[in-house]
Amino acid sequence: MAENSSNLLHNLLLFGRLLRALGLDVNLGRMIDLVQALDHINIGNKGDFYHTARSLLVHSKEDIPLFDEAFELFWRKPTEEWTTLDLRALGEKRRFRKPAFIPPPLKKPKESASGTNGDTSISEDEPPVVQATLTYSEREVLRHKDFSEMTGEELEEIKRLMKALVWRLGMRPSRRLRPGRGTQVDMRRTLRRNLKFGGEVLYWEHRDRKVKPRPLVIIADVSGSMERYTRLLLHFVYSLSEGLEQKVEAFVFSTRLTRITRQLHDRDVEEALRQVARQVPDWSGGTRIGDALKTFNYKWVRRVLGQGAVVLLISDGWDRGDIDLLGKEMARLQRSCYRLIWLNPLLGSAEYEPLTRGMQAAMPYIDDFLPVHNLASLEDLAEHLKQVDDHRPVRRQDKAASRLL
Amino acid sequence: MPTQQIDYMTTTIKSIDTLQDLLRERLYVADRGLATAIYLALKLGRPLFLEGEAGVGKTEVAKVLTDVLDTELIRLQCYEGLDVHHAVYEWNYSRQMMHIRVLEARGERVEEKDLFSAEFLLRRPLLQAIENSNQKAPVLLVDEIDRSDEEFEAFLLEILSDFQITIPEIGTIKAERPPVVVVTSNRTREIHDALKRRCLYYWIDYPTFEKELQIVTAKVPAASGELARQVTAFIQELRKGDLYKVPGVAETLDWTAALVALDQKRLEKSIVEETLGVILKYQDDVEKVMQSDVGATLARINVMH
Repeated sequence: MAENSSNLLHNLLLFGRLLRALGLDVNLGRMIDLVQALDHINIGNKGDFYHTARSLLVHSKEDIPLFDEAFELFWRKPTEEWTTLDLRALGEKRRFRKPAFIPPPLKKPKESASGTNGDTSISEDEPPVVQATLTYSEREVLRHKDFSEMTGEELEEIKRLMKALVWRLGMRPSRRLRPGRGTQVDMRRTLRRNLKFGGEVLYWEHRDRKVKPRPLVIIADVSGSMERYTRLLLHFVYSLSEGLEQKVEAFVFSTRLTRITRQLHDRDVEEALRQVARQVPDWSGGTRIGDALKTFNYKWVRRVLGQGAVVLLISDGWDRGDIDLLGKEMARLQRSCYRLIWLNPLLGSAEYEPLTRGMQAAMPYIDDFLPVHNLASLEDLAEHLKQVDDHRPVRRQDKAASRLL
Repeated sequence: MPTQQIDYMTTTIKSIDTLQDLLRERLYVADRGLATAIYLALKLGRPLFLEGEAGVGKTEVAKVLTDVLDTELIRLQCYEGLDVHHAVYEWNYSRQMMHIRVLEARGERVEEKDLFSAEFLLRRPLLQAIENSNQKAPVLLVDEIDRSDEEFEAFLLEILSDFQITIPEIGTIKAERPPVVVVTSNRTREIHDALKRRCLYYWIDYPTFEKELQIVTAKVPAASGELARQVTAFIQELRKGDLYKVPGVAETLDWTAALVALDQKRLEKSIVEETLGVILKYQDDVEKVMQSDVGATLARINVMH
């Protein structure tokens, strides 16, 4: 009997390790909880055992399928007979999915610049010296050069400059109060302060609204037509999600929508982007903005657009999907967020006019239409974001209504 | 982790089966998995964290559980900006003022510790749940926690892990009989892992046809068998479709009740179109269903079920 239960414990711990290997948040404490819980149920009943383990070890809907697979394996075979193949098969589904496309690495600056640098054995970790050698006017030129026309080393330089940009997004008043000069009376502090006056209130203390940064949601187009900008824009998305104090949710799409928020959390930007590339199945594919937005509207809006969020949509507007759908979903998206900003790299060139069918359909629902083709435009954007709260965007109601009918 | 043994729970609810029956007697049809989670929450003295789309019966769990345990339900509806003064306690300032004046009139000095004592405390839901002196522990329902903000979550953490509340002027109040806690979330945002980790987690899905039919017949007994079947099947069809806001079980029940009130014995195309507003809450969705062939859908479900 004792041997039996210690055997069970052993197996449970192996199960826990398997779950952990799959990325579930399972630690020893949780396993002890599970052992305790098993006292209350009939372990022989597979269903009850399953639900007991699941309710204790899983705390997110997304993890349930993963748990199910691990559980099946655990139940099917004694743990001693697990082969590394089984484990790998499980892990593979989640982690080692073959990337459909990995964006080609940019040329390292030192490769092309080796002529000026006699010593080719410089280690890669060493900070590049390019920045120091740039003169003011060179940097000015770089600021206004279109991303798509840049050479490898210029891009590297831009990435560094991008890191230096300061991002701040407008604030919104929260419902929370704190001591301050607002209109609400803070009775607790008032009472304390007036205690000595014997029930006469001579001084009033007040409370004021606390302000909070608005959440930011970025939806970026990574389809074929955007290819020249994609890599740098992802860097831009990364630096935004690193640089802002609030939560940033990020999505990319070409024919379908993929959430990349979790991948962007990696400390190292290159690693983060590799992870993103692995995650996105339709890199450089066609563009179906309407479909992507629809997925976003149906699946994500309620989860990520609360609390007055600002949405950045990055795309050139070349849409090969259903144009009516695009207009409709843009309308819905605009209604769901505080401000909808469309960043278009093509807007940088003087002769560009938003004449593509996609852009035409989307235009009525955009609060701000801004270029994103060079560093100067990013700086302007940073400035713009700081001011999103000064006044609400003016939206015409009839436009949205007539569109729906 | 201490296991709270509460006698009446152990005596009446002996197994998951008993619990499932008790719930069913009270017209709540629970899956085996949900019953297991509730059962463990009772036995282990842990909060139950229920997630799921709107209208699948999350809040109902707390209500029916209150009935099963024959105790009191304390409900805290969350909203953005919910703070300590509304969730836990507040001082009764007008009474404090009065007290000061009375003492002053008698020429006595006001001591601060007298003023901030239990006597002048207004107990809000969380404090009520912790401080209860009843024989039976209450059920504490923290409803729609995703509507509150992170600050409140952090605060809830202390209460849910130790079942105690600290009031600076008075000290720490610990629960004699920890409440049975049910936390619900519609998942309009992610709740922090630290909070979820302290709970038993269960995702309530939309019910299957059979289960939903059971719910409808149990909750709206006045509906004819045919009507209940048709309504359930129709809603199940809608859930498969591409709607912005999918109707939940609550909508199924509302609709059935509405149709009964209109003296309908069975679903007709015209009546479906007239009452769509009961189940669909977005104009786009209503239009979409109107454009799809309601008659054909009705014919299809009549063949299927």
